[in-house]
Amino acid sequence: MIDFSIFTDAWPSLLSGFLLTVEIWLAGCALAMAIGAPLGFLLAAGRRPTKALVRAYVEFFRGTPLLVQLFVLYYAGPSIGITLDALPAGIIGLGLYGGAYCTEIVCAGLEAIPPGQIGAARAFGYSRSQTLRHIVVPQMLVLVLPPLVNIAIFVLKDTAILSIITVPELTFQVTGLTLDTFAFVEPYLALSVGYWVLVELTASLGRRAEIRAARYLETSA
Amino acid sequence: MDHSAYLTGLRLIATGAGVTVAISLCAIAIGFAIALPVCAANMSGSRIARLLGHFYVSFFRGVPLLVLLLLIYYLLPFVGLELPSFAAAALGLGVCTAAYQAENLRGGFLIIPAGQREAALAFSYSRYQSWRHILLPQAIRAAMPMMVNEMIAILKASSLVSVVGVADMTRVAQNIVARDVQPLLWYPAIAFIYLAINLTLAHFSHRSVGRLRRGRPEFRL
Repeated sequence: MIDFSIFTDAWPSLLSGFLLTVEIWLAGCALAMAIGAPLGFLLAAGRRPTKALVRAYVEFFRGTPLLVQLFVLYYAGPSIGITLDALPAGIIGLGLYGGAYCTEIVCAGLEAIPPGQIGAARAFGYSRSQTLRHIVVPQMLVLVLPPLVNIAIFVLKDTAILSIITVPELTFQVTGLTLDTFAFVEPYLALSVGYWVLVELTASLGRRAEIRAARYLETSA
Repeated sequence: MDHSAYLTGLRLIATGAGVTVAISLCAIAIGFAIALPVCAANMSGSRIARLLGHFYVSFFRGVPLLVLLLLIYYLLPFVGLELPSFAAAALGLGVCTAAYQAENLRGGFLIIPAGQREAALAFSYSRYQSWRHILLPQAIRAAMPMMVNEMIAILKASSLVSVVGVADMTRVAQNIVARDVQPLLWYPAIAFIYLAINLTLAHFSHRSVGRLRRGRPEFRL
């Protein structure tokens, strides 16, 4: 019935796929945060036209499927002079997609800081940047940590979609394996369990970070 | 390319959009039917039921949907169930969204004050009656905004069924592009159709969320 011996011959390609998945995941998350932090700030505190632009970015990228965004970037990109290989196109697509969610999260985190605290800091003669650095950002970071861990998990799962535009990550390698061996159930079952373990590990790491962050907020308050 | 080719393309896209909406609705319905017992298991007094419920939620939220769709697509014939690809894909989407819906429902139940359960008991409602007439309607209403978010997520995720041979909107667009090589036309076009459907859905949930947001102070440094 279920035969797992097919994995023994295929481990080099599986390992390279796994490593690429992790690389894409980390790069995607980093790009998403690099987009989300400044845009989230603009969405919370920017001028009206800026806010409208950022809002349009967030709505578009959250309202359309990642797969379609990747098709636009990778297949339609060359028609307007953006020619990317599959891997960079995938990472940029993942980053833009995750960045829209990060923007929303950072904005909500900033809005959750009681305005009285900012007023008080200003009254004590803190400059704007001091208020931001010592009052707003530390609290905001603790607030946004749980939803950001969630986004990191979503980005991890969405790396599998990059296999459709031929990025040779883990799912792509396993699909190749199924086509070589004509065994479909075992590889996909093992792959599911693999992703599941990775997601649960990330979630438990995230929970530990949240506990530490919450403790930091208590001791510094 | 003349006008009639564009018209044919548009008509095909419209059919694909119908398939996308239909498979999303089927998935939401299947998901809700599974989510009810999973949620009940998660909140039951039996330890084994809770364990099974937690396992369900953890596993189906931990596996990338694409991998899950591939697994179910090949697993069903393996266990002797020959389903058309539409049904297999709807089932795959359904078991995935069930995990999220079960958690949304649980959140809905948690905000019902314990006094109501006790009052129902005092009025000699049976367990089933208090669920059916008092707890469930309130939980569903409370979980409604999250459920709309879940519908949006499923509508976007349904683009992945194109991989297992369902002619949804994404697949139709791929087929058209394969023939007329105009990715810059068709992929952005379907992106905006997805966006239009999602913004319509979001409009309903924002109406309730907007009421909660009103009165919240603006962030100003």
